[in-house]
Amino acid sequence: MISPADGHTPLTALVVQGITMDFVGLRALENVNLTLRQGEILGLIGPNGSGKTTMINVITGLLRPTAGRIQADGADITGKPPHKIAQTGVARTFQKVKLFRELTVFENVKVAAVSVGMPNRRAKEQAWVALEELGIEAWSGRIAGTLPYGHERKVEVARALAMNPKFILLDEPAAGMDEEESAALLQILTPIPEKKNLGMLIVDHDMNLIMRLCNRLHVLNYGKTIGEGTPEEVRRIPEVVEAYLGS
Amino acid sequence: MSFGSFLQFLIDTLSLGSLYALMALGMVIVYGILRLVNFAYGEYIMVAGYTLFLLSQSPVPWLIMALLSVLAAVGASYLTERVAFRPVREQTVTAMLITSFAVSTLYQNAALLFISPRAKLVPLPDIFSKSIVFAGLVVPLRNILAIIVTFALLGFFALLLKRTIIGIALRAAADKFTMTRMLGIPANLVIGAAFAIHGLLAGVVALFWFGRIGSVTPGIGLAPLLVAFIATVIGGMRSLLGAVVGGYVLALINVAFNNLLTQNFLEYRDAFTFSLVILILLLRPEGLVRAR
Repeated sequence: MISPADGHTPLTALVVQGITMDFVGLRALENVNLTLRQGEILGLIGPNGSGKTTMINVITGLLRPTAGRIQADGADITGKPPHKIAQTGVARTFQKVKLFRELTVFENVKVAAVSVGMPNRRAKEQAWVALEELGIEAWSGRIAGTLPYGHERKVEVARALAMNPKFILLDEPAAGMDEEESAALLQILTPIPEKKNLGMLIVDHDMNLIMRLCNRLHVLNYGKTIGEGTPEEVRRIPEVVEAYLGS
Repeated sequence: MSFGSFLQFLIDTLSLGSLYALMALGMVIVYGILRLVNFAYGEYIMVAGYTLFLLSQSPVPWLIMALLSVLAAVGASYLTERVAFRPVREQTVTAMLITSFAVSTLYQNAALLFISPRAKLVPLPDIFSKSIVFAGLVVPLRNILAIIVTFALLGFFALLLKRTIIGIALRAAADKFTMTRMLGIPANLVIGAAFAIHGLLAGVVALFWFGRIGSVTPGIGLAPLLVAFIATVIGGMRSLLGAVVGGYVLALINVAFNNLLTQNFLEYRDAFTFSLVILILLLRPEGLVRAR
């Protein structure tokens, strides 16, 4: 088990240091520190508008932070363009699914493997492995645009996995799913970080899912960290309770 | 309609449509990714034409000249992307559109200045002026060649897009360009490939275009540009298949009016053609082939 507060920042981690993100007239993130270690599942939670998606966008290079530094596996990735960051092993999914609707499921996943520099044959293998991981290899030949909504989310996770990432950031992977579907997704996601030795960061509103899935939690409110620790620890932080009851 | 005249009609439509389809396809390959209607597209045909003209005094066989002129079109297209479009790519689509007008003007004026405002003869191989007699019809060989070359190219591109990495990346980029960038596919590679294909198709079209008209002028690019633009609008701007369909449909309309209209009306053929195009667009505003 990984201890949540061992003081030093290991090399095999995604380390976010003192990130501040200002939009015009709005401070979306303020001096946030966060560490995602390989092999663990970290939940990034907080009320609507607390800066969770902004954090993922900053890490993956869609937004350039106003201040602060981000390191992936010891390499500084602050301010790099998204494709460079993807190639250093940081993959993500989106709150609003962004599949290539005219490509088949298999092509969607394969193109991701290719994009991080795998040769054709390896990309194919990797794509199959990712599809199997999610249990969706039966859909490989379907045109992605014809899939039902819940299925699209799984394809998106498979696409991120096919990039063979060291860190995977999932933005509300269970959004729009019913209880049964999100329970099934939970089953699929839980073993992945240890098996693939990757760090998984999950943003979600479904507290049930988050509490059961995550080793550690990081709680944001109005762009500031208001709590960190194991689910049990976080549950006892008064500010967290207040933020959630107040929202 | 007799069998002979039907066959004639079919061959005319297919050979003209093949050129239109290739042009439209080249247009859509760039439009799909950058949402840019490249108004300098016709100038790559001009570049290929002048390359043929400049090589006409040289002793190299025509096939080599043809190859070099297609390469010149590819080079011109790639260079335009590198020098003109890449710096403004992060700006608005309008900025790119205006840049494409500027590039078009630049190419045309360069031709006026350095070559000549007058038409220059383009060397053509003997095979282009030969005909075959077939089922009582006299069919120019170049028309048959245009059809064969187009089908081969279309087959090649279908395979390229379906089977190769760059092909899948191109289709992905045409679908959601920003997403391909986020995944880590280098944008410059995909866009560079798209412009190379853009130029390649213009270059191949040029060979047959000049095969029909025989000479090159600085303003030669306008007509093929218009054809490509209208064909893509008919077929649907978002679909590669649509571009090909649009090309053949436009040719069908053109050839049909050529045959149907009496001598007095023939000079208004384009007015008739465009009226029909407007009608098609009223009925199917997204074009004939819709993107999924």
